[in-house]
Amino acid sequence: MKEAYDIVVVGAGPAGSNSARYAASAGVSVLMLEKDRDVGYPVRCGEAVSHEGLIQFIEPDSKFIGSTITKFRLVSPDGKSVVPRLDGKGYVLERRIFDYELAKIAAKEGAEVVTKAYAYDLLRNEKGEAVGVRALIKDQETEIRSKVVIAADGVESRVGKWAGIDTTCHIKDMESCAQVTLSGIEVEDDTLDFYFGDNVAPGGYLWVFPKGKDTANVGLGISVEAAKKKSAIKFLEKFVEKKFPNAAVLTRIAGGVPCAKTSATVVKNNVMLVGDAARQVNPTSGAGIISGMIGGMIAGQVAAEAVKMNKLSHLTEYEKRWHKRLGWRHEVFYKIREAVNSFSDDTFNSIAESAQKLPENKRTLGGIFRAALWNRPSMLLEVARVFVS
Amino acid sequence: MPRTTPLMIHIVPGKCDFCGCCVGVCPEDAIELMESRIAIIDERCTNCKKCVWACPWEVIEFHRDGVASLPNEQPLFLNSMDA
Repeated sequence: MKEAYDIVVVGAGPAGSNSARYAASAGVSVLMLEKDRDVGYPVRCGEAVSHEGLIQFIEPDSKFIGSTITKFRLVSPDGKSVVPRLDGKGYVLERRIFDYELAKIAAKEGAEVVTKAYAYDLLRNEKGEAVGVRALIKDQETEIRSKVVIAADGVESRVGKWAGIDTTCHIKDMESCAQVTLSGIEVEDDTLDFYFGDNVAPGGYLWVFPKGKDTANVGLGISVEAAKKKSAIKFLEKFVEKKFPNAAVLTRIAGGVPCAKTSATVVKNNVMLVGDAARQVNPTSGAGIISGMIGGMIAGQVAAEAVKMNKLSHLTEYEKRWHKRLGWRHEVFYKIREAVNSFSDDTFNSIAESAQKLPENKRTLGGIFRAALWNRPSMLLEVARVFVS
Repeated sequence: MPRTTPLMIHIVPGKCDFCGCCVGVCPEDAIELMESRIAIIDERCTNCKKCVWACPWEVIEFHRDGVASLPNEQPLFLNSMDA
């Protein structure tokens, strides 16, 4: 490890590794710091991705794929299930291998990686701009200088705050999550299950994502508002007891998913935010692997350009490119999230009921939505109210 | 704004999964989270309870009478955010 780099990346998840990869491949020097002792562990994720999303960055490989998905099933509060027709496919990943592979790609491009390296502050110049980080590495308080700091430090991001960006996730946007990986159960290994309802996962949903025929990630996210009364783990334990009473529990994790619009500021004082730290999660689904990787890629590319041009004011280009690529869509998804969160259990039930009546070839997500509107026009008002407000 | 009441937020030792959900909702940068270590930064905490609500595992407790006698971990680093 050297004393100075062009770019320091804090956090070695998919967003951090992609930042490091694309910056390093453009020929600038990169150091990536990971606070935990392992890249990829502990996994805090449901681990589902789309094929189209994944292949932008890495070829699907059986060593990091738990299941290949061709279907998903939506289960309404009263137990009706609907299987929309799905074009394309997806995967449930093994993130502990996947993240490792992404870090290896970054390393191959020339990035240095150090684990058990905890960044606890920024180094600043007299103008208050970041010129590196302070980190605890091998129990030594260490100063590492850099021109740019990329904050990929996850939902718990603090680096942005140190640069003067308010990254606090409003509690109405935070999903409080718990997940277990269960084995010794029977699941369809090609199907993602989503359960909705105030008794299952108020203000969110519960997922059963298979990893083969006998193992699955079973988890849920609930709104913090709902969590005031009853915690995520309590909701999860209730579901697991009922549905998978004799399962072996291979992992048990907590987590938070920031289902917000992208942070209004993602570049300030030579610090760039990416991934969960930038709130780049799809606010409707809570999916953040691919969107974080896209954010990481753009940030890495722009950071390298800025360093090579010796013009750090160029960093703001990242904000523009992100917004054009995905940010604007997340703003739409955020409105949909608000609409869906306002649905009552009755609304979900009536959507499922009308969807069940659709012929199979029309059972796409759009078709289901149209049918639901047809059968329950008042739903249109609920959605419209959110879109025009 | 400095707090005038005693610290009322307590992280139960040994229960935390270090997931960071609480840190994400903390408006004051008042929680230090390392690989397997978590601490409330007393100087910054305003007792707002957002971390208590957000915690998926019921690890963070609110004690109306203060937590002075409870075994809270102490933060290792005070960064220069306020400087």
